[in-house]
Amino acid sequence: MSASAPLPDIFANWFAARGWQPRAHQLALLEKARAGTSSLLIAPTGGGKTLAGFLPTLVELHERSLHLSPPAGRGRLFPAKSRGQPGEGVLTSEEAPSSVSALRASPPSPRKRGEGREGGLHTLYISPLKALAVDIARNLEAPVAEMKLPIRLETRTGDTPTSKRQRQRRDPPDILLTTPEQLALLLATADAPFLFGSLKRVILDELHSLVLSKRGDLLSLGLARLFTLAPGLTAVGLSATVAEPDELRRYLVPQPPDGVVFADLVIAQAGAQPDVSMLQTTERLPWAGHSARHALGEVYDLIKAHKTTLIFVNTRSQAEFMFQALWGINDDNLAIALHHGSLDVAQRRKVEDAMAAGKLRAVVCTSSLDLGIDWGDVDLVVNIGAPKGSSRLLQRIGRANHRLDEPSKAVLVPSNRFEVLECTAAIGAVAENAQDTPPLRTGALDVLAQHVLGRAVGEPFTADELYDEVRAAAPYAKLARSDFDGVIDFVATGGYALKAYERFAKIRLGKDNKWRVTHPNVAQRYRMNIGTIVEADMLKVRLMRSRRSTTVIPRGGRVLGQVEEYFIEGLTPGDTFVFAGEILRYEALVENEVYASRSNATDPKVPAYEGGKFPLSTYLASRVRDILADPKAWGALPEQVREWLKIQEWRSLLPPANDLLVETFPRAAKNYLVCYPFEGRLAHQTLGMLLTRRLERWGLKPLGFVANEYALAVWGLGDLGLRIAKGGLSLAELFAEDMLGDDLEAWLDESALMKRTFRTCAIIAGLIERRFPGEEKTRRQLTISTDLVYDVLRKHQADHILLRAARADAATGLLDIKRLSEMLSRVKGRIVHKRLDHVSPLAVPVMLEIGRETVYGEAADTLLAEAADELIKEAMN
Amino acid sequence: MCDPCGALYWPAHGLLVVSDLHLEKGSSFARRGMLLPPYDTAATLARLTKLIAHYAPRMMVALGDSFHDGGGPSRLAAEDRDSIAALQRGRDWVWITGNHDPEPADGIGGVFTHTLTIDALTFRHLPSGAHGEIAGHLHPVAKISQRGRSVRRRCFAVDATRMVMPAFGEFTGGLNIRDAAFADLFGALDFTAHMLGSDRLYAFTAKRCLGD
Repeated sequence: MSASAPLPDIFANWFAARGWQPRAHQLALLEKARAGTSSLLIAPTGGGKTLAGFLPTLVELHERSLHLSPPAGRGRLFPAKSRGQPGEGVLTSEEAPSSVSALRASPPSPRKRGEGREGGLHTLYISPLKALAVDIARNLEAPVAEMKLPIRLETRTGDTPTSKRQRQRRDPPDILLTTPEQLALLLATADAPFLFGSLKRVILDELHSLVLSKRGDLLSLGLARLFTLAPGLTAVGLSATVAEPDELRRYLVPQPPDGVVFADLVIAQAGAQPDVSMLQTTERLPWAGHSARHALGEVYDLIKAHKTTLIFVNTRSQAEFMFQALWGINDDNLAIALHHGSLDVAQRRKVEDAMAAGKLRAVVCTSSLDLGIDWGDVDLVVNIGAPKGSSRLLQRIGRANHRLDEPSKAVLVPSNRFEVLECTAAIGAVAENAQDTPPLRTGALDVLAQHVLGRAVGEPFTADELYDEVRAAAPYAKLARSDFDGVIDFVATGGYALKAYERFAKIRLGKDNKWRVTHPNVAQRYRMNIGTIVEADMLKVRLMRSRRSTTVIPRGGRVLGQVEEYFIEGLTPGDTFVFAGEILRYEALVENEVYASRSNATDPKVPAYEGGKFPLSTYLASRVRDILADPKAWGALPEQVREWLKIQEWRSLLPPANDLLVETFPRAAKNYLVCYPFEGRLAHQTLGMLLTRRLERWGLKPLGFVANEYALAVWGLGDLGLRIAKGGLSLAELFAEDMLGDDLEAWLDESALMKRTFRTCAIIAGLIERRFPGEEKTRRQLTISTDLVYDVLRKHQADHILLRAARADAATGLLDIKRLSEMLSRVKGRIVHKRLDHVSPLAVPVMLEIGRETVYGEAADTLLAEAADELIKEAMN
Repeated sequence: MCDPCGALYWPAHGLLVVSDLHLEKGSSFARRGMLLPPYDTAATLARLTKLIAHYAPRMMVALGDSFHDGGGPSRLAAEDRDSIAALQRGRDWVWITGNHDPEPADGIGGVFTHTLTIDALTFRHLPSGAHGEIAGHLHPVAKISQRGRSVRRRCFAVDATRMVMPAFGEFTGGLNIRDAAFADLFGALDFTAHMLGSDRLYAFTAKRCLGD
């Protein structure tokens, strides 16, 4: 036991009874807590992170109970069930449910509501997943019960019954485990000062993941509010390893108007070095595609050789495919399950329970299982396809063997040749424990709008105070006053230059200079529309009962899950698609439900929805470029891949690590321009849009483009290579950064992606409501479409705060403009042109993407294979 | 006769018809707490002004649901009220009443009527399916898919004896012509959708169009 942070005997004994030793980082956190400082704990999975986070709270509550002995009237510390001895003068909430409010004001220790440490919550735990909050509560109940600690802990999620939620506000537990959304809801009540006034600690779990999204923005604002309400508050962040711990340290503590403040940092001892390898396939490595079909048998053998295997894929459609394909060869009838975000919740829970009970041999999953719940017995992680980022891969690998001292075991299965390079780069990165988590976000304005309304719903505020409080949140530390005022104006009357809505204001400035809501209705609607997760409109998929007539669709049938509305919009009745592990035939859309029947087709049209697709991280991309450029680094590569690269070197050029290689060649009456930025599909698609616009304007008549994670191909009828060679086309001008100016603006105006981004902002900011009192509407039923609003705003008030929010999102989100901009600036003056007679080996994968996205399955694969063989012959001979 | 802006012009009578303007829809939502942009009325009127300048009609008919709700006329901004007055100058102006604006309103000029009959044609807001009827209300849109990409546009829904006009208002959504409401009206899918292009109309049989 450390002398500086003595662990009370009862805890020391509890550890000892389990044969455990408190870990150094657990004691360190205790010490920080005693010193009253906020801290960030960085620990690998299995490092006892959760216990470390809660230990100071358990110790404090234990000590408090000693000091309060004999108990002083706050019976809620001693619930009858854990004390077991009601009737010795201890008032419990169970015994005196009607006297709660009386209790607060009555002796022996009279306290004003909201004052004193026993008034409200002691510790608040926030998790990104409600399932995780529930799981942690369960895990925490064990030590509390075993040490007979007088602590009440409860969860609060969207599933908590209303009556319990109301009771929690009147009579809060010591520890509340909840989600960012529930915190926002609690803060927007008149009870907030009472509930949180005495809060000592807030624990933010999986912080590395929370801070990446708008939920992280919302949470940061809630955290800033908590620090205002609770003067004695400290924050504890629990995180996997990240590239920049300082950013999370900043996130945890209130930032002063000038300067930067950091929480303390505690780093747990790293676990055993993971054992990561690449599948050494004996099959022929595909040139393109993501199915990993070639490795199916080898993956199946891996499952057979291990107890429980998690098979991670990058998209839901890949998950569907892999699951189906594995069952296609599952001669041993192994229990293999499927888990992804669009499956029905009940079905997901079933898989999770079976997994926890050790009944499954393998689960094919997407990032839906990236976080959280401890599975215990996973002894192998298989990652199909490209790992995309080093940190992501490390977190996935961590899912195997949640025990620190044993190495996690993972096998990477590249699904094509470029992915071999990416896997090799990732294995190198893992060996160095290199991290590439993205930098902290700049707080989004739409989220701020939601928070501002919530603050007014909670209690009236002055703009000056709120501005200071908001800037205490790290993502908003640099928020300009004009933007803040713009958001207030937006919340009040829509923020329009045309001041038409003064009389319909949602919040209004009173004579006391405070903003307050104008009507109780506003508060109710705020509560119904809270949150920053805006799903694409989803439609339920029902397995249709057998039909008797050809015209009538029988209603009802089992719900298989949900699918994005825009996916179904692209289908015509009769089309087949893979969903929930089956090949279905689309029959009809009835109201908001998709009716489908089982199909015996063998070549389904694949679901095109891209849930869970991540772009290649910048860090991994640069490692891939380094490997490519340096033949000495090719030793680890399979022979097939080495040969491919050698021929590229001979036929064209290996892309230099810091330069942009541009190849031009003719093929089948068209002329191609292929470049290799390695910046991910999103950035490449944006680049493709902008390049073709520019070529069009210069009269060079481009016909189309296609992008993959590594390269972009643009084609047209004219000979671009000849023009470049003769000086009629300057690559430097073509790739000049100014394409991000007018060309980008012009394209954004008509981009469907931009409209989708705007819709999300409009919903988060509360311009469009998802739910109305008494009914829930989907966009299909909404009488106003955000697309119309977008067009009108763009035409009449292009600088409206929501358009700015949407543009900021587009820069990092679906269009990845930020990354493109960095790339363009990186390659300025470093473009290398190679004019070729025909397609180069490196260009084959991206050329194979042409027309690929719409075809799938055996027949299509045959077609592709034919096309591929032709291309490869051309490139390699 | 059908203009790709979604208006109907009858040269013999110098008659211009638009349907479902839904003016003040933005403020109608704002009234109920959704602060949509207040620019819709001005935008709709600007398009109407262009159209009127082009055809210089002797008579203008607004085929019902000209305002999104009964309170719309009283919420009009002064400038918008002025532009309506300017448009009405020198021509007859008929507001056909609709389900959103069933009562005549003050201060917006024109005459109010439930139906208008000229020669063999009857103009009314709610389609009844009668012969020779020009109606609105349904906001028809049609969807076409070609080479894997789909296009969804406002359209005129027409058969030999009747027509449903597209909505003209800036903030108006649409109902797919494959909805049962259209089959009921036209008796079957034997009607044509004239989809609004940027400078012409594109005709498709209803059978060729897709549902949503």
